[in-house]
Amino acid sequence: MQRFLPLQQMTQVLPTLPKIRLSARLPQLPRYIGLYLISAVIVAAVTLPILYLVIRAAEAGTEGIAYLLRPRTLTIVGNSLVLVAAVVAASAAIGIPFAWLTTRTNLPFRRVWLILGLLPMVIPSYIGAVTIVAVLGPVGYAQQLLAPLGIDRLPEIYGFFGAWLTITLFTYPYFVLPVRAALLKSDPALEEAAHSLGLSRWQVFVRVTLPLLRPALAAGALLTALYTLSDFGAVMVMRYNAFTRAIFTSYNSSFDRSQAAILSLVLVALTIGLLLAERRFAQHQKNYRIGTSVSRPIQSIKLGRWQIPALLFCSLLVTIGVLLPVGVLLSWALNSNVTSAVPIDLNELGWNTFAASGLTALVVGLAALPIAILGLRSSSRLSKMLVSSAYFGNVLPGLVVALALVFFASHALPAIYQTLPLLVLGYAVRFLPYSLAATRSALTQINPSIEDAARCLGKRPWQVTLQITMPLARAGILGGMALVFLNAMKELPTTLILAPIGFKTLATRIWTASENATLALVGLPGLVLMFVAALSLALILWREKY
Amino acid sequence: MLKMHRVIILMSLLVLLALIIFPVAAQDSGERLTLYSGRNEELIAPLIAQFTEATGVQVDVLYGDTAALANQILEEGANSPADIYFGQDAGALGALAKAGVLRTLPSDIMERVPAEFKAVDAMWVGISGRARVLVYNPARVEELGLALPASMVDLAKPEYAGQVGWAPANASFQANITALRVLLGDDVAAQWLADMVANGAVSYGSSNTNLNQAVANGEIAMGITNHYYMFRILAENPEASIAQHFFPAGDAGSLINIAGAGILTTSDQPGLSQRLLLYLLGHDAQQYFADTTYEYPVISGIAVNDRLMPLESIEAPELDLSNLNDLQTTLELIEASGALDE
Repeated sequence: MQRFLPLQQMTQVLPTLPKIRLSARLPQLPRYIGLYLISAVIVAAVTLPILYLVIRAAEAGTEGIAYLLRPRTLTIVGNSLVLVAAVVAASAAIGIPFAWLTTRTNLPFRRVWLILGLLPMVIPSYIGAVTIVAVLGPVGYAQQLLAPLGIDRLPEIYGFFGAWLTITLFTYPYFVLPVRAALLKSDPALEEAAHSLGLSRWQVFVRVTLPLLRPALAAGALLTALYTLSDFGAVMVMRYNAFTRAIFTSYNSSFDRSQAAILSLVLVALTIGLLLAERRFAQHQKNYRIGTSVSRPIQSIKLGRWQIPALLFCSLLVTIGVLLPVGVLLSWALNSNVTSAVPIDLNELGWNTFAASGLTALVVGLAALPIAILGLRSSSRLSKMLVSSAYFGNVLPGLVVALALVFFASHALPAIYQTLPLLVLGYAVRFLPYSLAATRSALTQINPSIEDAARCLGKRPWQVTLQITMPLARAGILGGMALVFLNAMKELPTTLILAPIGFKTLATRIWTASENATLALVGLPGLVLMFVAALSLALILWREKY
Repeated sequence: MLKMHRVIILMSLLVLLALIIFPVAAQDSGERLTLYSGRNEELIAPLIAQFTEATGVQVDVLYGDTAALANQILEEGANSPADIYFGQDAGALGALAKAGVLRTLPSDIMERVPAEFKAVDAMWVGISGRARVLVYNPARVEELGLALPASMVDLAKPEYAGQVGWAPANASFQANITALRVLLGDDVAAQWLADMVANGAVSYGSSNTNLNQAVANGEIAMGITNHYYMFRILAENPEASIAQHFFPAGDAGSLINIAGAGILTTSDQPGLSQRLLLYLLGHDAQQYFADTTYEYPVISGIAVNDRLMPLESIEAPELDLSNLNDLQTTLELIEASGALDE
């Protein structure tokens, strides 16, 4: 039986729910001590780089403070914040309608559109940016097409615009995924009730659907923002002086690790700000159904005359985000008059890439669970701190994370230095947040009364977790692991520095070719990388059984 | 359907198994060296293969970015597994020497190379030479009616406004600015940098590759860079519209720099490491650099590519490369000019 509440009351119920905490019904400690311990160990491992940064920054002493207060530091902070705001806004503007179109409407071929629309996230931003310059640069392919019209130069793409365009194109899927998951899981009865009570479809969307999506929107915005702050490829190619570029320049030009550490710590401070903002916005919402737990199929909305604009929107997105980079890579791959002294062994490259990224996905998927469960079960200050700290690594550029782990491993754990476990740890530091965000958002959709019922029926807490919580959150957990897999595949600086000597991946091979200015050799590994990543994406969508 | 807890247990077992197996798999006996190479694998791998074939010594090579690898060695400190560092520029080698992580090289290595290509204190040795040049797009330069300048300093003149590219975060560029400082003084160098920024010099960050590609595409008319990038672009596309110009009369813009190598204090096999350096300075390897990378050999008796301007014909400035190690002031000047903020 569905409980029927008047609409106003119903929408008011949602924000008040968090106040009924699970902790009020079940005593907190000592039951969570195990969770706390496991989470603390994991968080300690992924925040090692922060410790390193503090050590290095402290070496600079008072000079460091002077460095920090220079106007240039402020400029960089401003540049980065403007870029983050613009990318998040644009990604939301693309991601929300796209997620809605592909889950809730009768858009033709919507599954195909969904997969195509998520594909840009498999494209590493360093490749994406180079292909965008190849097409939209001042004298790129687009200009050559327009040349007969007398256009001999397109306006500069470099700087803010290019960085914004590139990062938006390759990050809006981070909005689509959580929003789509929330749309699929949320109870259509709420919207139907609102509609039947006389709200127009638009009013339903704004007053019922969007508030329900808040945790998903917060998760999407957070992932997009973190990605933007830590992105390296796009800001380098597009020459926009954001944090990562400044940090890289500092390492590269002065071998001054203190300055780079100070800049990195500012980046961490910005992340703390973002996390606080996310927490405020998501408001610890729990969007489970009350009453019946039988999900009903969602009735799709007929687009009618909006079908054409919707199709145009999707086509445009897929053309710029997928066809353009793939086309450029293909044209490079087909340019066969270049030979290489280092044979491209796709078997070895593919397997290494798959092994390292797959292992990372498993490790990170497991590591995210206790932290996510802790964050949901306990609202103590300590648990909030642990959960938030797990996000820090993501915002640090790969180069910083990698050098930090070089420092710790070579001194404290030489046995794992330049071995696969250290590489996996490096990836885990960077990408745990993807898994954590997805797992947390999936957990908030589970009605705790189901877990409580299991407890009442005599199950131990860990049994409840394994037998009730995890199966219900499976789609979200797997989705998060797929994100980790994708990102580990694409990650370059961490791989270059932390991989065992001689361990080549698709990403490092692409780097070797592009460093050597042989774009023709970027094509093939680039396409294979995107293909494998796309397969993992397809696997996840298929597992979802939507 | 699989029970969830079985899935978790299975996942954990898989992870454990993989983590245990992988590190063990790489063990192997015999003579082994570890080389950190800031030079590209495309270039180095064939040479290393020849060395291994000739000597039976296995070389594990960690390829990476010249500066990142130097930073990595500094982080590793006393625990560095590396025997040899091979970097793209004298600056990174200088930084390692200054940090005290390089060994003094024996005279049989140092004697092979003329003074202009090695460290005075014998901490590192040049393996190949590269010249700073002005690359330009002939079609674009003609279209704009520009004349090629007689000095690097002239690029700050109004007629070149917005037409000159550079890579101010690149080590080669920084060495170039150090040369300018040594030759003309800090004030002139600072003024020139500021004038260039005001004149709309286009920054390609640390990437000479992107700079040269942009010149070949006609995105920008000219740029100051290293001499060999142009040959790589021409190898891929012989029709590319790109040419180069050497500044005459000992101009700082015609600086000759090196890619070089040093042996680490942490190496427990300095003798074997020296063999590798001697091999890289041998006839075959030097001929290989000249043929493959269009760089200048550092020993005599090597035939160079005939498209290459002969080393003797370059009117390079009279400089001690070790003087290029004073990077600190150079970086302060570059940073103060705002060149890195673009």
